[in-house]
Amino acid sequence: MKRLATSLAALLLAAGGAAAQDPTKACFIYVGPIGDFGWSYQHDQGRLQVEEALGDAVETAYLESVPEGADGERAIERFARSGCDIIFTTSFGYMDATNKVAGRFPDVKFEHATGYKRDHPNVSTYNSKFYEGRYVIGQIAAKMSQSGEAGYIASMPIPEVVRGIDAFLLGAQSINPDFKVRVVWVNSWFDPGREADAAKALIDQGVDILTQHTDSTAPMQVAAERGIKAFGQASDQIEFGPETQLTAIVDDWGPYYIERIKAVRDGTWEQQDTWHGLAEGNVAMAPYTNMPDDVAAMAAETVEKIKSGELEPFTGPINKQDGTEWLAEGEMASDGELLGLNFYVEGVDGTLPQ
Amino acid sequence: MTESIILTIITAATPLLLAAIGELVAERSGVLNLGVEGMMVTGAVAAFAVSYSTGSPYLGLLAAAATGIAMAGIFAGLTIGFATNQVATGLALTIFGLGVAGMVGEAFVGRPGVGMEPIAIPVLSELPVVGRVLFAQDLLFYLSVVLTVAVALFLFRSRAGLRLRSVGDRPEAAHALGLHVGRIRTLAVLFGGLCAGIAGAQLTLVYTPQWIENITAGRGWIALALVVFASWRPLRLAVGAYLFGAVTIAQFHAQALGVSVPSQLLAALPYLATILVLVLISRNRRFTMINTPAALGQPFVPDR
Repeated sequence: MKRLATSLAALLLAAGGAAAQDPTKACFIYVGPIGDFGWSYQHDQGRLQVEEALGDAVETAYLESVPEGADGERAIERFARSGCDIIFTTSFGYMDATNKVAGRFPDVKFEHATGYKRDHPNVSTYNSKFYEGRYVIGQIAAKMSQSGEAGYIASMPIPEVVRGIDAFLLGAQSINPDFKVRVVWVNSWFDPGREADAAKALIDQGVDILTQHTDSTAPMQVAAERGIKAFGQASDQIEFGPETQLTAIVDDWGPYYIERIKAVRDGTWEQQDTWHGLAEGNVAMAPYTNMPDDVAAMAAETVEKIKSGELEPFTGPINKQDGTEWLAEGEMASDGELLGLNFYVEGVDGTLPQ
Repeated sequence: MTESIILTIITAATPLLLAAIGELVAERSGVLNLGVEGMMVTGAVAAFAVSYSTGSPYLGLLAAAATGIAMAGIFAGLTIGFATNQVATGLALTIFGLGVAGMVGEAFVGRPGVGMEPIAIPVLSELPVVGRVLFAQDLLFYLSVVLTVAVALFLFRSRAGLRLRSVGDRPEAAHALGLHVGRIRTLAVLFGGLCAGIAGAQLTLVYTPQWIENITAGRGWIALALVVFASWRPLRLAVGAYLFGAVTIAQFHAQALGVSVPSQLLAALPYLATILVLVLISRNRRFTMINTPAALGQPFVPDR
């Protein structure tokens, strides 16, 4: 919230001079600091791409480290009042707040990332199929691991995260059917200390590959210190582990943001639910490093197969954790099922917090 | 494996202990400084910035100490010099610290830091089991142990410590005896800042050698709570900090082992365990009353 004052001042100034050129005002709400070098950082990179691409036609503003819940609602409402034309709320936890505020401001367009509620015609949702990337890194993990066990540092038990864990394990088991994943929940999106502690605990228990669904680079550093391999999260974290990072799942929000803000300018904006992945470039893999050529080639091939639609990670036969059948041979999970996924697939140890 | 678990616990507990021991001294003198989080985070960014620029973690540590003292100086000037409300000023110091640290740190985001190397003490570090755990640590761990013992001795075994405590209990009486209440409190607050600053340095030099905004993630507040629950006794404080660290790490291990307890409950365990143990050891009401600084949080303005 520290830049609240300056952001608001900028908005007020902007409101004063708006009449002449009437640039579209695009506002962004981030759950973490833009300096997290992960999730919020990548959204902000998207915002910067918007500024670059649309120049004077657009004005942007952002609020960072906005807590989910009641504070989030206040922040969104403040943006809506201050004349934003389109507001991007970039975390799952803003879902209800976004829809509530949208009901009160029918002329403002709202875009909620990773959610599924569109209660009003002015709310769209957008997401990326990160799970496609997680399937790829699962395969790499299974090839690279000596112990046959990977550690997974998870944040909050929401479908987005559960989907990632399942896809990772499915990818790994497509190479090594006995592959195991140990999951540790830190119940926070961003706490470098706790993430590091979780990483150390996992390594002490014998995992030799780490992956994470939290936002800081701390696990990568711990992996580097302990001499095991790890995957970067949200952005390319190679600088934190030049000899550690195998690859990273990189989010690229820029093209979507540019497209939607243009739509607002042209008056063509309509409610939609976007779920793009590797094929559309919303999800990309960082360079494959610290692995033999054949593993890198395999990863690249899997990416191509997913892009072409030849391979869909959630294709049966897949059993739930308790051994009951979820998807029959050849059956594919529907988008609806994936978006609400709340159970582990067979092979994950531990209980999923509900 | 046990060895590396204990090492992890120590790393998690050290910043809490460092920050809390400084705050304990300040509170014993009657000043409640809620700005621990702010002093810690500015110390953390100063340590990172200087060690990154010079390549020396020890210069970083000095910078963190100086920054902590400077932040505490602001607080002391306001609350002791101008007798402002300590709670409000402390909260302001935290908000200010987080903001300044984020701004200064912006240039350092995404850069790998310079970690502090462990220093093995000759002979002792070769002892079986305890050697590597206790005597091949980084400087900040040794410092936290030395400071805790020194503070305990100072407060309860020295005349200066007695004076400090008297200022925290009955400032009027201390003033009447000719003690300079303002000066003693200022020194105590500055010591608190020094400790919080180096606690911050531990985060960016040892715990996770990198700078990310909000790297303290609430550890300053936990340190504050530890001081209260330890009923302002240094050795209990150390117990509390290590217990908190141990349960934090234990719950991660439990999860990784696949124990079927909801992770939210496991995450709450360090807090529950610390509260429980400290409540048990402070059941003696009289003991708690005696140890609570009677004038905590009250500004003292001598009427001449």
